[in-house]
Amino acid sequence: MRLTILTAAAGLGALILATSPAPTSGQAMQPHHAGNAAAGKKEYRRYCVGCHGKAGDGMGENAMWIEPRPRDFTSAAFKCRSTPTGTLPTDNDLYNSITRGFVATNMPSWLPLSQTTREDLVAYVKTFSGRWQAGPGTPIAVPAETPATIESILKGRETFQKMECWKCHGPAGHGDGPSASTLLDSKDNPIRPYNFAAGSRFKCGSTNEDLYRIFMTGVDGTPMPSFADNLQPEDAWNLVHFLRTLQPLQTPEATLWQAWLPSHASELTPIGPQE
Amino acid sequence: MHRSLGDRTRSPWPRSLGAAGLGVLVVLAVPPTVAAATAPARRTTAPPDVTELAADYVRARTGNAAERALTLGMHTAKAIPAFARKYSLPCSACHTAWPELNVFGQRFKDQGYQLGNDRDSPIWQNPAYIPFAVRTTPQWRMERTTDQPVDDGAGGTVEKTLTVSGFDISGADLLMMGTLYKDISFGFVPTLEDGEGVGIEAAFVRFDNLFKSPWANLKVGKFELDNMLSEKRGMNLSGEGGPYQSYHFLAPGDATDFGLGDNQIGAEWQGHSDNSYTRFTAAVLGSTDGVPGLPAGKSYDLYGNLSQAFDAGRLGVQRIGLYGYLGRRPTTFLQTPGVSPEDIPGTGSDYKTFSRIGAVGDFFLGNLEIIPLVQHAQDPVELTSGTKDAEWNSGLVELHYYVNPQLVLTHRSELVRMSQQVDPAEANNYGDTDAFTFGYRWYPIMLSRAGLAVVGELSFTKTIGTVLLSGNGVGIEPADHATAVHGTSVLLALDFDF
Repeated sequence: MRLTILTAAAGLGALILATSPAPTSGQAMQPHHAGNAAAGKKEYRRYCVGCHGKAGDGMGENAMWIEPRPRDFTSAAFKCRSTPTGTLPTDNDLYNSITRGFVATNMPSWLPLSQTTREDLVAYVKTFSGRWQAGPGTPIAVPAETPATIESILKGRETFQKMECWKCHGPAGHGDGPSASTLLDSKDNPIRPYNFAAGSRFKCGSTNEDLYRIFMTGVDGTPMPSFADNLQPEDAWNLVHFLRTLQPLQTPEATLWQAWLPSHASELTPIGPQE
Repeated sequence: MHRSLGDRTRSPWPRSLGAAGLGVLVVLAVPPTVAAATAPARRTTAPPDVTELAADYVRARTGNAAERALTLGMHTAKAIPAFARKYSLPCSACHTAWPELNVFGQRFKDQGYQLGNDRDSPIWQNPAYIPFAVRTTPQWRMERTTDQPVDDGAGGTVEKTLTVSGFDISGADLLMMGTLYKDISFGFVPTLEDGEGVGIEAAFVRFDNLFKSPWANLKVGKFELDNMLSEKRGMNLSGEGGPYQSYHFLAPGDATDFGLGDNQIGAEWQGHSDNSYTRFTAAVLGSTDGVPGLPAGKSYDLYGNLSQAFDAGRLGVQRIGLYGYLGRRPTTFLQTPGVSPEDIPGTGSDYKTFSRIGAVGDFFLGNLEIIPLVQHAQDPVELTSGTKDAEWNSGLVELHYYVNPQLVLTHRSELVRMSQQVDPAEANNYGDTDAFTFGYRWYPIMLSRAGLAVVGELSFTKTIGTVLLSGNGVGIEPADHATAVHGTSVLLALDFDF
């Protein structure tokens, strides 16, 4: 009996080891196949309808209790894209949004659902708007990241000031800038800027590349614009490195910053309105 | 002075649902006088030999039945709309059909009732929000049992088929579960049973993501074992079909106070992958089978499981797992001096080990869910009234067909087969049990604020020489150990929570 037990346990252990490790919620997963919208409808009714509504208009039974409000799929405006602002996201973008969820909202990570289920949900979400007949935009190019140094962090800090990011996100990135209380989304619902100090990850991912992409594509349906026409790639990477220092995480950038700051704090000009 | 094990008593435990209520009736049907009449004589010498233990263990089979019924008393179930309210998700997001969890609900539970959206701490909730839900089940039910000994009016006994039926209510579960802070969750589940008072079904605090790792979660308190096939989240509620026989069966003559479906008191280390496809649990538990109070001895029980899920594409997510439980119980005790000696708590000695080990699966073929389970159990002879270890095997297959998220058809077939009797003179099949259940659960209300299920169940059982495990309101075993006792349960219920 004991031999049987040990054999069974060893077999199961080997099976687990042989299985690919589960992806972390921060990693992008790639769908393998185009989803089946008909199958997705069934899954949508099970998982999504309470918030997004049967018609996909973001008016599910819980919508009135949720802030920010659930996405209205009929308008086909999506926050997290790899494509330029104003264009439709790729299937991968939608798949990753479902898989990752949205931090600081009621949209959870649906990572445990099978890959097929998530692919089917992507296919069904695309049935709510005629815009999808035009197809998605072309993903933007993300150039190689520049090295994170004190210089790049300081340049990013200058960009944060120059591009007036602080007006919404606040001088310390707490989402409490002078314009924060006035912001509305595309449905005229109040919306809060992202608080870098409270979030464990960004709205659209957790990597530096994800953050770069947010600058360059914007967050459609929100006041967060695309800076693709205003920022050079190097400037964007510098801004990425600075914003990493605002998070409550031990990122490489934060480590650099924390080592440098105590002896140089007096050299910094405060972020905010300039006299 | 020592006393050998045998007259262990257990605190009556409140029970919540139909099957549990039936357990009460079984206990009532075995009045204290029966137990007193069969109580072992106290030993004055130590340690005991097997013969003495056997004498001590002249535990009437009815006594065993009562014991078994008590272990079934924990059969309550969970579906917690407080979470749905907190996160504005429909029942179907976390449940295949409540109360059973789906893969998303399993991950939510594994994360300490957190979605991981940085809004899990109660500080983010409206001040009016409280993590509170109630579940109860008004019902009509019928219980029928064959071969029940009754008074023949002439001083003798005769065996008859007894049928009882009528309207009934289950107890109520007050489900309080949630987060105290980010990565600190809790559960508190008092149960109410009309006429039975209040009990504590669960009370625990769990520290989640220790060292920022999903593999390190520590739970301390009273809780359901992390059984992959959760009895608390079972689909069936009827007297014969509700409990898992595999989790509660004890061999004839076996007095081990343990049920795998009973909530236990202890500490549990649980780990899982990000998507909860890989899971393990290791727990150290008190040796009281979940009954509050310090144990008679100084031993602890161990429980562990390991499971792995696989993404099978359009078929769904499949899972397989192994589990094992090792328990230790003292068999002799120091006693106070005098004519009415009492056991001295914590002085138990001569520990003996019992075990349960099994494998379980959870497979989906589209809308059809198939849950097989096999288990081997062994209780040492010192914990029985016989001369050999009690050993048995059990297995079940449970089927759920999800017509849609609001209608599920259920079936379970379960068999228990004795492989070694404690009394070699008994027939090999003494105690064997067959149980079959058919049912449906229809959810006309399945919102994020409340749920209502209309339940219908029909269950059949057959036990050889013993009373039905789940109790049927009568619970007296037949005089002839070769007699096959047949039980039938019919349940029509409104299972609701809010």
